[in-house]
Amino acid sequence: MPAVSKGDGMRGLAVFISDIRNCKSKEAEIKRINKELANIRSKFKGDKALDGYSKKKYVCKLLFIFLLGHDIDFGHMEAVNLLSSNKYTEKQIGYLFISVLVNSNSELIRLINNAIKNDLASRNPTFMCLALHCIANVGSREMGEAFAADIPRILVAGDSMDSVKQSAALCLLRLYKASPDLVPMGEWTARVVHLLNDQHMGVVTAAVSLITCLCKKNPDDFKTCISLAVSRLSRIVSSASTDLQDYTYYFVPAPWLSVKLLRLLQCYPPPEDAAVKGRLVESLETVLNKAQEPPKSKKVQHSNAKNAILFETISLIIHYDSEPNLLVRACNQLGQFLQHRETNLRYLALESMCTLASSEFSHEAVKTHIDTVINALKTERDVSVRQRAADLLYAMCDRSNAKQIVSEMLRYLETADYAIREEIVLKVAILAEKYAVDYSWYVDTILNLIRIAGDYVSEEVWYRVLQIVTNRDDVQGYAAKTVFEALQAPACHENMVKVGGYILGEFGNLIAGDPRSSPPVQFSLLHSKFHLCSVATRALLLSTYIKFINLFPETKATIQGVLRAGSQLRNADVELQQRAVEYLTLSSVASTDVLATVLEEMPPFPERESSILAKLKRKKGPGAASALDDGRRDASSSDINGAVEPTPSTVSTPSPSADLLGLRAAPPPAAAPAPASAGNLLVDVFSDGPAAQPSLGPTPEEAFLSELEPPAPESPMALLADPAPAADPGPEDIGPPVPEADELLNKFVCKNNGVLFENQLLQIGVKSEFRQNLGRMYLFYGNKTSVQFQNFLPTVVHPGDLQTQLAVQTKRVAAQVDGGAQVQQVLNIECLRDFLTPPLLSVRFRYGGAPQSLTLKLPVTINKFFQPTEMAAQDFFQRWKQLSLPLQEAQKIFKANHPMDAEVTKAKLLGFGSALLDNVDPNPENFVGAGIIQTKALQVGCLLRLEPNAQAQMYRLTLRTSKESVSRHLCELLAQQF
Amino acid sequence: MIQAILVFNNHGKPRLVRFYQRFPEEIQQQIVRETFHLVLKRDDNICNFLEGGSLIGGSDYKLIYRHYATLYFVFCVDSSESELGILDLIQVFVETLDKCFENVCELDLIFHMDKVHYILQEVVMGGMVLETNMNEIVAQMEAQNRLEKSENFPMTLHLSTR
Repeated sequence: MPAVSKGDGMRGLAVFISDIRNCKSKEAEIKRINKELANIRSKFKGDKALDGYSKKKYVCKLLFIFLLGHDIDFGHMEAVNLLSSNKYTEKQIGYLFISVLVNSNSELIRLINNAIKNDLASRNPTFMCLALHCIANVGSREMGEAFAADIPRILVAGDSMDSVKQSAALCLLRLYKASPDLVPMGEWTARVVHLLNDQHMGVVTAAVSLITCLCKKNPDDFKTCISLAVSRLSRIVSSASTDLQDYTYYFVPAPWLSVKLLRLLQCYPPPEDAAVKGRLVESLETVLNKAQEPPKSKKVQHSNAKNAILFETISLIIHYDSEPNLLVRACNQLGQFLQHRETNLRYLALESMCTLASSEFSHEAVKTHIDTVINALKTERDVSVRQRAADLLYAMCDRSNAKQIVSEMLRYLETADYAIREEIVLKVAILAEKYAVDYSWYVDTILNLIRIAGDYVSEEVWYRVLQIVTNRDDVQGYAAKTVFEALQAPACHENMVKVGGYILGEFGNLIAGDPRSSPPVQFSLLHSKFHLCSVATRALLLSTYIKFINLFPETKATIQGVLRAGSQLRNADVELQQRAVEYLTLSSVASTDVLATVLEEMPPFPERESSILAKLKRKKGPGAASALDDGRRDASSSDINGAVEPTPSTVSTPSPSADLLGLRAAPPPAAAPAPASAGNLLVDVFSDGPAAQPSLGPTPEEAFLSELEPPAPESPMALLADPAPAADPGPEDIGPPVPEADELLNKFVCKNNGVLFENQLLQIGVKSEFRQNLGRMYLFYGNKTSVQFQNFLPTVVHPGDLQTQLAVQTKRVAAQVDGGAQVQQVLNIECLRDFLTPPLLSVRFRYGGAPQSLTLKLPVTINKFFQPTEMAAQDFFQRWKQLSLPLQEAQKIFKANHPMDAEVTKAKLLGFGSALLDNVDPNPENFVGAGIIQTKALQVGCLLRLEPNAQAQMYRLTLRTSKESVSRHLCELLAQQF
Repeated sequence: MIQAILVFNNHGKPRLVRFYQRFPEEIQQQIVRETFHLVLKRDDNICNFLEGGSLIGGSDYKLIYRHYATLYFVFCVDSSESELGILDLIQVFVETLDKCFENVCELDLIFHMDKVHYILQEVVMGGMVLETNMNEIVAQMEAQNRLEKSENFPMTLHLSTR
């Protein structure tokens, strides 16, 4: 006899279902359903009280109608009546209806909770189980509030039936998952751990699930579960295939429980107790050994169950990452699976190997499977499996196989599913950059990416190639030649035009010698694409054109002609029109020298982590981020390959020309009014100034030209002397600088750009420029996590007298920084008089609820306001003698901390700010410099002399200035640099 | 955790739909449709796991499915579940149905939807695996059957449809 009595069903229900099945059309079906709904509604509303059977029948019909895809908005009350009944079958269907058609009506919930309360107290195990099921299936907060305290009691009560314990454990787990705060930890936790010893395997399985979840929050409370889990596991894996009777599944003893136990152990590090650890390792080895034994059954269920345990065992081995012997065995086992005829096993093997690849013990072993994985990428019929193969190739990539892997992934990209193309593009871009040995290969790879999958190449990717080309002068010529060739294609992707336009605008001169790529040819090639491009690209090309005027004066007339055309000067797009107007005027008004300065080649970008990586992490979600974190395996590579950060303008506007102007525009002519009609280009530049909110003002040309004038120190900068925003905390509010603050500051004495600070959460980059007594600094705060920072508040503080010596004006930044995102803060700095201590930068924010704060020294030192002074030997000696008072001189003799290289020393001295004077010192080994420190109140003339002694590896540094404190301070600052 | 259990036939008609995470009714229907289209285009002998059910959960979720004759059994699970383990669980569920109904077929699922739900409740509770031992599940169902009998239905008519 079947366990389900099929005969005793409800006739009305069967008739209704048959009716529905006999409907010839969708319309007929809907008509029949509506008729039935009307019937049920009237029955429920009718005066005649329905008996339990009828209610059951109607509720069942409603469930069926719901399954067919019709919303049911009534019947809940009848269901509650049913579940409050004393009859089992009525109670059962009532609970089922409520669990399937959850309703958040609070009155209803109150009634349901009442009935549940009664059933839990009934001591009837069947009723208790139904009630527990309902709580678990609904899992709402209201139910949690009502029952979270009772369930632990039921779970550990000595007289609870096994089935009740099982249900109670999972019910508690569900409530904990939904609202952890509602489940109080208490003395019951210890007793839950002991359920691992329970006789009933079902209870153990449920308890393991519960503990696995609870112990993640409170690992110490549940620590004792490790030894219990190990002994349970060991008993199962060493038992014969028939020992566990009912829990043996196709000759595999208790596979489900084994998997759960192995998962639980992955919540903890390897057991500390040697005996426990020994027993565990033995069990893991047994599982690995069994994998090699002949199968006990040909059924797929047998191998599935066996392999479920095997894969979980391998996960645990990878999690421990401490037993090289087991790791290699695991890798070999996965290697076998890579070629298995079962697709499922190939899929899982690829997935597991991906995590294995990041272990240093097994990375090499994983690499030996490269051909198999590449083959999988090419031949697997299943996209799920191909994607795993692509992930694994990414994970196993290193310098030795990068070229092969990148070229295979590029090939795959041509046929890859659309859904995963962008991810593959990001991965290729990252690998190509990270493992590039020669940069021409890198450039080729990225251009290939654009060619093959241009639509999927995001801004991050093409910005990045530009940054790298800009920073590496050895590849610029090659890049120019390659983009020139790529642009020859009749239909090339717009992203190619962008990259090509930018690179030719910067480095087109490097290939101009070849008549095949002479300036006019370059220009007409680019201009042939112009009309097919979007506004953003056309704006970029206009900037390229103005750069061409500077690079190739012979193109000036042609380009001016283009700019002057009505389609440009009167373009409906304000950005394009403005660029055309400004560039045209610039090219006709400015002298060659000014033009050369304004349109100078872009300076190198400061180094920082790739923004592409952040993007990939965002795409993959937090879980995958760690797997993608590459630092572990190849920590040095990012240094070697000179990671660079995006320019400030790639953060705000993606137009290289805004950048070009932005960088030239230091210090900010704050009073220069921005035209109200200006597009992003100028607003971006001007709005950095503090008072740039004028209304209709001068025409764009005038604004642009005033930008080019050297700043008049008095007028605009008076504004900057205003006190910093009121929100600035006093020095007492902020913590002491981080221990490495001085060291970090020292790095910036001779340079203006770079990474100021970096920890696991945050990276702070600096870009700054100084002229006379003014400076502008861009701070880039990068959120390295995938979680949003909240209440993000960076402030600048002036300790002690600094307030009167230095004025720093900051702009507020957004209070939220998204995971992986970067925000920029602009600081305008004015040096009022000489100062000794740098301002402090305090950064506070909340990360995952926890407040974080950090104080750094802002890299503003007195030497930043150096103005180099050239002078002849005679003048130098004369002034040197004038500054001969003992207090005016500071001298230091110190040991070299770095190799003594004359070129490096020169660069450092120039970076320090002084002019280097040749042919002054009779000893050519010595360095002599001169400059003036510019402050608002006074100017301090400085002379310096550095005498290296290569034999002794020592230096002698002498500084003479007109002010004692300045001499000493400069001497200290500079002495630390060598 | 199991987010949803969907059973539908080769034409996409839902035969059992159980969600353990709350979704509005129309989203539930959409998920069923989307899932059906995802598994339908897959050959029978390729991998039983697939990603990309965009409506449930995102990248941490997988669809694990098995195709039996006219029916697809699809479990949507997160990464805390073992893929092969869930495949086993589907098998346990189907074998249990087979034991309870004696040679189960699609019609049993249609006409005894309530019973199918009760059997599923013995296997999965609130999205978590409750019991994997088939004999235990069948014993529970037999006990239910006895209770049902003892409560005496007002009508006991046999159905001729099978």
